[in-house]
Amino acid sequence: MLDWMNWTQPVAIFFAVIACILVVMSVWELASPCIERRGFLPIATTRGDRLFIGLLSAAYIHLAFLGLTELSLWIALAVSVLWLLILLRWG
Amino acid sequence: MRKIPDNRAWWLVLPVLLLVAFSALVPLMTVVNYSVQDIFGPGNAYYVGTEWFRDVLRDERLQASLLRQFGFSAAVLAIEIPLGIGIALMMPKGGIRASLCLILLAIPLLIPWNVVGTIWQIFARGDIGLFGWGLNELGLSYNYTGDPVDAWLTVLLMDVWHWTPLVALLCYSGLRAIPEAFYQAAEIDRASRWAVFRYIQLPRLKNVLVIAVLLRFMDSFMIYTEPFVLTGGGPGSSTTFLSQTLTTMAVGQFDLGRAAAFSLVYFLIVLLVSWLFFTAITHMDKER
Repeated sequence: MLDWMNWTQPVAIFFAVIACILVVMSVWELASPCIERRGFLPIATTRGDRLFIGLLSAAYIHLAFLGLTELSLWIALAVSVLWLLILLRWG
Repeated sequence: MRKIPDNRAWWLVLPVLLLVAFSALVPLMTVVNYSVQDIFGPGNAYYVGTEWFRDVLRDERLQASLLRQFGFSAAVLAIEIPLGIGIALMMPKGGIRASLCLILLAIPLLIPWNVVGTIWQIFARGDIGLFGWGLNELGLSYNYTGDPVDAWLTVLLMDVWHWTPLVALLCYSGLRAIPEAFYQAAEIDRASRWAVFRYIQLPRLKNVLVIAVLLRFMDSFMIYTEPFVLTGGGPGSSTTFLSQTLTTMAVGQFDLGRAAAFSLVYFLIVLLVSWLFFTAITHMDKER
């Protein structure tokens, strides 16, 4: 049925991880609703805002690694995850 | 009275969610799948990893077309937003003259994109078009099919003609929503025309301007039909914008994997710029 979508394993894993993150964030929000606050980012953000900023910058970090360097994307992934965690905690 | 939290109304959003899933999420997932494969036909695809992305990001033709696109969108915003505000300020406040102005302004918005392209293609011709012929008769050498600068200016002028009315209409509705008491207070304070604009009208227009800037940015960033009909992207590649480069790649060369990678990069750029605009404008209030 989903043949036309040409699924590949890495892409499936990618979307599954995103879906998991969204579910975890929803559960977390229900368990302890977050309050908008201001960290090192110049604007006041909620947890969801910081996740969005983190994911968007992760995409750009990967693109920068691909476009400007020959380094492995695993390094880009590690940098992105680290950045996302920093952002969620102190952003 | 204590409010009882009841979030069941969220279930009513479900139909929209399903619709969005089919119209946006599923195609997006498909494009992501395409972007990591080399596709020769149905059932004949090979996994290539991030090769297409590397290829697309280092392609000089695409970089040039991206720069051109940003230049065009910046020019469109820089002209259409102030011009739209100016037109809205000059329009009559009510009565038959206001209705006439609104109808006149709405006409360009009702014309389909490809017709706009055709109108300007004829209008700007040097031999039979009033605009092109007039400029040439005035002694200016103007030829949009041969000169890149002329072609660029014609596309820009066409977009300004087509879409400034949208900005003007949005601003006009915003201006009409300002209560008369504000102006009376300003008059008592003997505020100048500029002060009225700066401290009453502009802050009150903020919300419609957010929409105007976002709509105009996204639309101009995706512009395809009008330059395609008017100049076909030429002369050379001087008016070939991103979407046209993308279409040539996907439909012309049937390079689906490469085009998918390119469209994802395109999507990320639109997402980032729209988010920046939106955040900047919505947070201006909170910071004060």
